Amino acid sequence: MSEIRSELKYLSSHEWARLEEDGTVTVGISDHAQDALGDVVYVDTPEVGTNLAAGDEAGVVESVKAASDIYAPVSGEVVAVNEALEDAPETVNASPYDDGWFFRVKPSDPSELDKLLDAEAYRAEAEE
Amino acid sequence: MGNRTPLYDTHVAMGGKMVDFGGWDMPLHYGSQLDEHNRVRGDAGMFDVSHMTVVDIDGDGARDYLRHLLANDVAKLDGNPGKALYTGMLNERGGVIDDLIVYLQESGYRLVVNCATREKDLAWMNRQAESFDVTLSEHPELAMVAIQGPEALDKAKAALGIEWIAAIDDLDIFQGVARGDWFVARTGYTGEDGLEIMLPGEDAPGFWRALADAGVAPCGLGARDTLRLEAGMNLYGHEMNEDISPLVANMAWTIAWLPEERDFIGRAPLEKEKAEGVKEKLVGLALKERGVLRAGQPVVVDGDGGRGIITSGTFSPTLGHSIALARVPVTVGETAEVEIRNKPVPVKVVRPCFVRNGKSVI
Repeated sequence: MSEIRSELKYLSSHEWARLEEDGTVTVGISDHAQDALGDVVYVDTPEVGTNLAAGDEAGVVESVKAASDIYAPVSGEVVAVNEALEDAPETVNASPYDDGWFFRVKPSDPSELDKLLDAEAYRAEAEE
Repeated sequence: MGNRTPLYDTHVAMGGKMVDFGGWDMPLHYGSQLDEHNRVRGDAGMFDVSHMTVVDIDGDGARDYLRHLLANDVAKLDGNPGKALYTGMLNERGGVIDDLIVYLQESGYRLVVNCATREKDLAWMNRQAESFDVTLSEHPELAMVAIQGPEALDKAKAALGIEWIAAIDDLDIFQGVARGDWFVARTGYTGEDGLEIMLPGEDAPGFWRALADAGVAPCGLGARDTLRLEAGMNLYGHEMNEDISPLVANMAWTIAWLPEERDFIGRAPLEKEKAEGVKEKLVGLALKERGVLRAGQPVVVDGDGGRGIITSGTFSPTLGHSIALARVPVTVGETAEVEIRNKPVPVKVVRPCFVRNGKSVI
């Protein structure tokens, strides 16, 4: 059974979003997603400074088995990317919610977070 | 619920992530496909391949039947019981119905065919058998375990026990030996040394545990696929099918053209194709940049604008970048472009074999 953290928001395409204390939003993929993908070998993150709209393609995660697009959960400017994933993509498998984060945005409309799935709603979707 | 091999409960107990594979519940991996892959390249790993179909061919007409049924010639096995031969089984148009291994036994022959093609294989084999004095018998009671890697033989000997040691030490590559109802062959699907062992299903869980105790890593179908792809070995339904000639699928070496009078199924269309000139071939592709080549991606060949297609693609754990097998026009040069997610990416064209005995050969 995969872990679904109650404090996070989710997309049905298996990204998670976390509102940080400084007002930025960190994005990654769920434990369920990393388990389904298997061993991750490449992560393509957006460049710092990119302006994303909610729902935009923001990157790609490639495992041995499959490629999967990463979508932006909220609109905003990319202010940081997890450069450690370039040399250690397996971090996504080992720590999907902590060290395996993908990128961080400065949201242009923080209320977009409220439109995302909460943990219970995501669990229902992931278990389908 | 799918079909289960005699090792199903063992896989679950050892943490195997079970998935459907051609109607069988099989382990995809036991945690990390990459770790399992690396264990086979550097040490020893084991695979449950009991889902494969074992068919024995007996009767006075067995040799003549197989010389007609198969594109390779079982006459090469004469006088050498236990010897194995890799071959295609072709249709009348020269397309590949299946690829298989045939072993000469003390009496008769044993064929190991793919599980996904079992029903059509058996229907075809039974139809062709009508004009020969042969009997075909399946052996679903058998399990099959592949042990592969540089330490595979030593660790298998430790698990098999002393009565097997001399027999395995004497075993040539592509040669098997029977003892009681066990059959041990020095064959595999990984590009490493190793054994494939057929044994009674009830013996399989104990043997699997003994191998694990000897330090052999349980490996799933995921690693099996990346290993065979690095080794440049074909997978039925990807590199070959009923509409693809073995001459295109890098299987020309498995066709025994001599003696000329041997009338194997598919001979006439293949001779015609050869005379007219084979138009496509199977090559290897290597992508040094980031990204992973996948089956189905189009390949754009330099020069005349010809196109090909990737038949299998993956990330190569041994090489640290992506590799693929692709069917392309024979005019292909040393480089080509692959469209990955609508973006053209340059790739190197190489012989369709990437890794042998743990080392890069490209």
